Amino acid sequence: MGILEVQNLSFAYQGNLILKDVNFTINKGDFAGIIGPNGSGKSTLIKLMLKILTPEKGQIKIMGEDIKKFSGWSKIGYISQKANSFNTGFPATVKEIVGISLLANNGIFRRKPADYEQKVYDALKKVGMQDYGNALIGRLSGGQQQRVFIARVLVTEPEIMFLDEPTAGIDAKSEEALYCLLARLNEELGITIIMVTHDIGAITVHANKLICLGEKGVTVHDTGEAAADEFFSEIYGYSVQVHSHGCRNCDHAKQARCKDA
Amino acid sequence: MPEIFQYEFMINAFIVGILTAVIIPCIGVVVVLRRLSIMGDALSHVSLAGVAAGLVFGINPVLSAVIFAVAASLGVEKIRSAISRFGEISTAVIMSVGIGLAGILSGFVTSANFNSFLFGSLVAISPFEKYLVMVLSIVVLAVFLLLYRALFYITFDEESARLAGIPVRLVTIVFTVLTAVTISISSRVVGTLVVSSMMVLPVAVSLQLAKSYKQTVVFSVLSSVFFVVTGLFLSYYLNLKPGGTIVLTGVASLAVTLLVKSSAGRFKEKGLI
Repeated sequence: MGILEVQNLSFAYQGNLILKDVNFTINKGDFAGIIGPNGSGKSTLIKLMLKILTPEKGQIKIMGEDIKKFSGWSKIGYISQKANSFNTGFPATVKEIVGISLLANNGIFRRKPADYEQKVYDALKKVGMQDYGNALIGRLSGGQQQRVFIARVLVTEPEIMFLDEPTAGIDAKSEEALYCLLARLNEELGITIIMVTHDIGAITVHANKLICLGEKGVTVHDTGEAAADEFFSEIYGYSVQVHSHGCRNCDHAKQARCKDA
Repeated sequence: MPEIFQYEFMINAFIVGILTAVIIPCIGVVVVLRRLSIMGDALSHVSLAGVAAGLVFGINPVLSAVIFAVAASLGVEKIRSAISRFGEISTAVIMSVGIGLAGILSGFVTSANFNSFLFGSLVAISPFEKYLVMVLSIVVLAVFLLLYRALFYITFDEESARLAGIPVRLVTIVFTVLTAVTISISSRVVGTLVVSSMMVLPVAVSLQLAKSYKQTVVFSVLSSVFFVVTGLFLSYYLNLKPGGTIVLTGVASLAVTLLVKSSAGRFKEKGLI
């Protein structure tokens, strides 16, 4: 039994069928990438798995429980696409941003738990941002902000982490560091990671599973079998060449491939 | 005791003014950060219609303003959910209703009292209005504090807040009602035409100084109380309308804050401080 099972899932938006009969299973400890061209339904798929949207048909099971009855949302972390485009003038410190997740989890009307400060510090330390606790979130770089958003999820000790295009708008070096961080969290803490991305080069290095949304529907592959440019060209419907920027200074990633143009 | 506090109407003005000065920026912080400032304008126009209706039908105008504004706030949410793709239209529709009704009803108002609601009044606060404002201010403040974390989370990242189990729709509706109550009870001292400015100005000053969300809320409240108290003093001694005086005190404070901040930044760059 997988930690997340999607069975015969279909979803239509204003009469347009976006996802049709989607089936796949994510196992505990998987690092899964969801790829596909714009409009193929990647973000929709994540929102269905998070119960933000309701499917037309089919079933989603999280930790063996039907999503309709699932109550363990505190074990699920989510970094939305909108997290990248938040109001940078928002006057909140890094500690406030990370802590709110813990407080919401604890009950929004209850007092702060006794270990609140320690948990926030530990979460920030896991992403290497422990020295920025009192910094305003809007003053950080894009890469640092993403680390804080990951800490906000980590503070609740999730079993599954969903990310929707977390590398959008950040530079290549920060992107590389972010993938390394996610790979480390996946390997060391055993967190199952499911992320939407357009960065095929990086995701094929770090993920062990690819959920591909293309013109021919949704297919699931191990990253090893999905290595050829022709494979991705078929998914995207046009010629694709994959250039992996690898993962320099990262002990955790496998240098699966690095191909020159 | 200074002369100003020898008059009961001034003591009432300070009580009502300070209470509303505390709650307006609490709501204002969320309004500004969620970019809903136009909502303040819309609800203040509906409040004005409520004031006019109260004066025409012989109901206490502050009470009728509260009733109109709360009804309008629920209307905004109803229209927003009906046309979710163009949610901001709902605010414009309610603002049109407010302006239209206020325009028509004001034609039937014979009392000169109506004008005192446009820019506020020091002398017009009745004992009933004083107690109404006291009770409602305490209720608004209590609910705001209860929803403090939820509003912070929703304002920063609505989707994640929803996933964390926060009832986003319910909190949003309650917050809109709080906004309506705050605006309508502020109409007495500050005036309906300037109350929405009072939602923004203290927050604007606070955003220049605060180093956290909590500080932003605290500094906004302190700024707002400063504007109201200074404005009431100036209004009394210079014989000016309180609403306009309070708002211009706020504008002057914002200008000074910006000036000091930019000067401090230049001195810092040159290594002088």
